[in-house]
Amino acid sequence: MSWPLPDREGHFGRYGGRYVPETLMAPLEDLERAYREAEQDPAFQAELTYYLERYAGRPTPLYFARRLTEKFGGPKVYLKREDLCHTGAHKINNTLGQVLLARRMGKSRVIAETGAGQHGVATATAAALFGLECRVYMGTEDMRRQALNVFRMRLLGAEVVPVEAGSRTLKDAINEAMRDWVTHVDHTHYVLGSALGAHPFPLMVRNFQSVIGREARAQILEAEGRLPDVLLACVGGGSNAIGLFHPFIEDAGVRMIGVEAGGLGIESGKHAARFAAGEPGVLHGTLSYVLQDGDGQIQTTHSVSAGLDYPGVGPEHTYLMEIGRAAYVWVTDEEALQGFRLLAVLEGIIPALECAHAIAYATRVASEIGRDGILLINLSGRGDKDVELVSEITGEAPQQGGIRDLVRERRDP
Amino acid sequence: MNRIDRCFRDLRAARGKALIPFITAGDPDLSTTRELAWAFGEAGADLLELGVPFSDPLADGTTIQRASQRALENGVTLKGVIGLVEQIRARSPIPIVLMSYVNPILRMGAREFARHAGDAGVDGIIVPDLPPEEAQQLQAYCTTAQVHTIFLAAPTSTEARLRRIAEVSQGYIYYVALKGVTGARESVQSDLEASLARLRRVTDKPIAVGFGISTVAQVSHVAALADGVIVGSAIVDRIEQRGRGPELVEDVAAFVRALKQAMG
Repeated sequence: MSWPLPDREGHFGRYGGRYVPETLMAPLEDLERAYREAEQDPAFQAELTYYLERYAGRPTPLYFARRLTEKFGGPKVYLKREDLCHTGAHKINNTLGQVLLARRMGKSRVIAETGAGQHGVATATAAALFGLECRVYMGTEDMRRQALNVFRMRLLGAEVVPVEAGSRTLKDAINEAMRDWVTHVDHTHYVLGSALGAHPFPLMVRNFQSVIGREARAQILEAEGRLPDVLLACVGGGSNAIGLFHPFIEDAGVRMIGVEAGGLGIESGKHAARFAAGEPGVLHGTLSYVLQDGDGQIQTTHSVSAGLDYPGVGPEHTYLMEIGRAAYVWVTDEEALQGFRLLAVLEGIIPALECAHAIAYATRVASEIGRDGILLINLSGRGDKDVELVSEITGEAPQQGGIRDLVRERRDP
Repeated sequence: MNRIDRCFRDLRAARGKALIPFITAGDPDLSTTRELAWAFGEAGADLLELGVPFSDPLADGTTIQRASQRALENGVTLKGVIGLVEQIRARSPIPIVLMSYVNPILRMGAREFARHAGDAGVDGIIVPDLPPEEAQQLQAYCTTAQVHTIFLAAPTSTEARLRRIAEVSQGYIYYVALKGVTGARESVQSDLEASLARLRRVTDKPIAVGFGISTVAQVSHVAALADGVIVGSAIVDRIEQRGRGPELVEDVAAFVRALKQAMG
């Protein structure tokens, strides 16, 4: 692959870079050096591969979704089953890599932020596996709606620190994690969970997640003898999407579409659709698209899905959007809930609310692709963590009826 | 000559050290900030750092986070803070440095910002999340507007970084006294003297030290080592405690006077 980005200072075009306090600059330079050495070290790669295969369960299947395909009347729909990874989401690909790197750098402690809790669980898991101390910052609003994952992290021996500031969601958890990192940088590695933040995080997270796209590319070639027409993935910070997209970037015939959280709709102002309503700006160390007001204050966001509820987005996505290589769309909470239900009843898979956004958009884009086309969707996580929330939203306990009924009731109040 | 340069030149001639209070603009409101600025000048402050409130101040501890939040709830914007400087300037020659995170500046436009700030009488800017690597364009615009760009140096900065920071920083170098966020601490880092010596070896520009310095004793200690001492959270704390009470300005100015006296 000859994709030359980011450049030496971490830029994707004008985006990316390092916008952090001076205290973190030298540690980021150290991290970049350590990462580039590890990347070239066969022993490091072999150890990572070992854990990805024997511990996390890679490669994940590329599953042909027959009933979903029939429902759409073509194109053929394939699901990349990241939900089958250990801990239930793609996040483990990155945390195994970063925790191995932290150990190699001699760090005894890792910290992380988490929104939906999946990255927190994956970090706590890798920290337990390698015997590192672990602290996870999480907004109290997210702790409420993803209570199961809070308990999982604590079971895994991590300390979960509630963050009360701001909107009490992912953005505020990252602020707190960065404050911790700047204070304990000597012995602590910050396991950032998405392809954002200061260089080298967007590069490093992308590369650790690119295993998704490398596998998917080989698997679809084996299954169909050709590349897919369209790739679909949800975009919060954008790690599962960039992990899928990246190995296809130079395959010009493959359309790449990222799906953002439209919340209650763009006009409502309650959403997390950065590309629909954001402007270039700096948040959490990187220049990218950011939801902000006219004075440059970061706006609060809304999404039914905690993992997409974030006002910024990874800088490489912004670059791909600007050069026209990828397109970014949004669907509402309501549509995502329909996608959630659709996959459950047609395929027996309960998806995370995050990737339910991609399923929801598939129902719109399918007719464009045509009967003979191939649509490949990244199913980035499983939805067990969301079952309680969905039943809460729909106002009834799950045992009183199927999710199908509950969602229908919500649609027709 | 920029007011900051003149200030340090005069202090050096008189063997004095600069007391640099920091307050968040618009906490509790803009008119009180204006009164405080004037009172600080009369109480012996040599420079004034004015914080521009930001929604996500990740280099700041809880004291300044809360001040920022209060200012934002009052509707304070970067534009409003620049307007405030113009008002302060009408009655006071004190050098004024704005401390703002980069996003509000980018939103206004770096060129627009530099022009407005220069016109209003701003003498320098500190952007805590803008290291030299990303600062070239903003610094160029500010230089045109005769506004200094002051960079931070930290305990983690390598020698190569210290050289670069010393080379590009204008007016003074802001030395961050500790690894961490802003806020009062019980003691000053024990290796501060050695750290400053490391920085002195690569520059003869004035060095002001901030982060974690809150008491009269700490100010006196640091003033012996550096050219200037920055006190922020300890002052902001007092503003928070006094609220909008009638003695606020007088009381906080008395604290600033005590800090200045401690510098000998």
